[in-house]
Amino acid sequence: MSNPQQLRYSKEHEWLTAPEAGVSTVGITSHAADALGDVVFVQLPEVGDTVTAGETCGELESTKSVSDLYAPVSGEITEINQDVVDDPSLVNSAPFEGGWLFKVKATDEPADLLSADEYTAFTGN
Amino acid sequence: MTDAPRRTALDALHRGLGATMTDFAGWDMPLRYASEREEHVAVRTRAGLFDLSHMGEITVTGAQAGGLLDHALVGNLGALAVGRARYTMICEESGGILDDLIVYRLGESEYMVVANASNALVVLDALTERAAGFDAEVRDDRDAYALLAVQGPASSAILKSVTDADLDALKYYAGLPGTVAGVSALIARTGYTGEDGFELFVAPADAEKLWQALTDAGRDAGLVPCGLSCRDTLRLEAGMPLYGHELSTSLTPFDAGLGRVVKFEKPGNEGRFVGREALEAAAARAEQAPPRKLVGLVAEGRRVPRAGFSVVSADGTVIGEVTSGAPSPTLGKPIAMAYVDAAYAEPGTAGVAVDIRGSREPYEVVALPFYKRER
Repeated sequence: MSNPQQLRYSKEHEWLTAPEAGVSTVGITSHAADALGDVVFVQLPEVGDTVTAGETCGELESTKSVSDLYAPVSGEITEINQDVVDDPSLVNSAPFEGGWLFKVKATDEPADLLSADEYTAFTGN
Repeated sequence: MTDAPRRTALDALHRGLGATMTDFAGWDMPLRYASEREEHVAVRTRAGLFDLSHMGEITVTGAQAGGLLDHALVGNLGALAVGRARYTMICEESGGILDDLIVYRLGESEYMVVANASNALVVLDALTERAAGFDAEVRDDRDAYALLAVQGPASSAILKSVTDADLDALKYYAGLPGTVAGVSALIARTGYTGEDGFELFVAPADAEKLWQALTDAGRDAGLVPCGLSCRDTLRLEAGMPLYGHELSTSLTPFDAGLGRVVKFEKPGNEGRFVGREALEAAAARAEQAPPRKLVGLVAEGRRVPRAGFSVVSADGTVIGEVTSGAPSPTLGKPIAMAYVDAAYAEPGTAGVAVDIRGSREPYEVVALPFYKRER
């Protein structure tokens, strides 16, 4: 699955949308979902939590392993995707759409977020 | 060792199917082709096709082949009927498990020993060393075979459509030479999934032809290619041990709850075999005061225990260690195998938890296996 052009990406394999009214939607990339295998459990931050760019804010559990979820930007969590909590396989089946994880009102973002082309080059596929 | 991973005869085919590959015991093996959970479900409900060519085959021949195996292994292989197979182990003199094995008796004076990929060389060396003084030859056949497995309730019907071999007469843990899809094969009714199934030992040059024929024959029945990821969850649900997890040189078969594979009554060698004294002591210890027992754990929550995680009691005392853990597709919950102190090993023991990255998750102690097929 190719990486959508309109998104930006972190080196920890999260994507985020351009902010709408200051709020960005965050998920993990198709590349990351493929590497994890079938995701069976998603632990997300709670609405109202403050997250810090580059720090862990949750975890994704798959058949073979558990991986930390990193916040791609700093800010306050405004919404989480209850559908993906109830059905974690959405992360695999629709990583850029129905498998989104949370929304964050960003207060600060790191300088090293990648464009789609840069992220594609970064992951080497 | 810095050698590049070895590739099976089916390597190009796996890549063509888009498999995610993984390094396993020095081999580049398919981990999964698409969804490992769907592969798992296919084996439980229909059929799956596996490449297991990393497994290590060792042939033992000669007038005293059976005597050698009785001496070198813990089982009673001299008594094994031709055409039958046995699950057994090879132990150190100290009783520690070097590997678990399946031994096929192919003829009066010919056996095939199948070792785990990670231990194949260790087993080969041990058998060769232990063969001294026996009229028997130990042959390294690790590169002589590719191994394909068809596992699942539909596997018998699928295989029947491509062979004239009498599969109905082939019992569980039996093997016979035959022809499958025009390919000479040792057809064995064995597996590591908890389902009915077959393992087919063939020349590597024939592997691709056989894979294609089985894929075609299984299409209508819903057979899918399956990787090592689902093989692991299938064997875990079936309560089958995996070397390096439930079995190691620091455990005897009795410690692992598998004392039944040790046969002290062997007619050959006057009952002597490598590890006998230590294993007699281990048997007595397991009878009187087992230190830890292998149990099943079923989660009440959704977080998955992994090998090495601590099992803890209600007050946080460490009472055991997880050896294998995974989300169980069949149960829909995380499951694990763990060694726990005997006082906590009874099914239903209250207050048992697993420390999952600092948080104590409640687990129910259950008897193994987690899953047993209906026959």
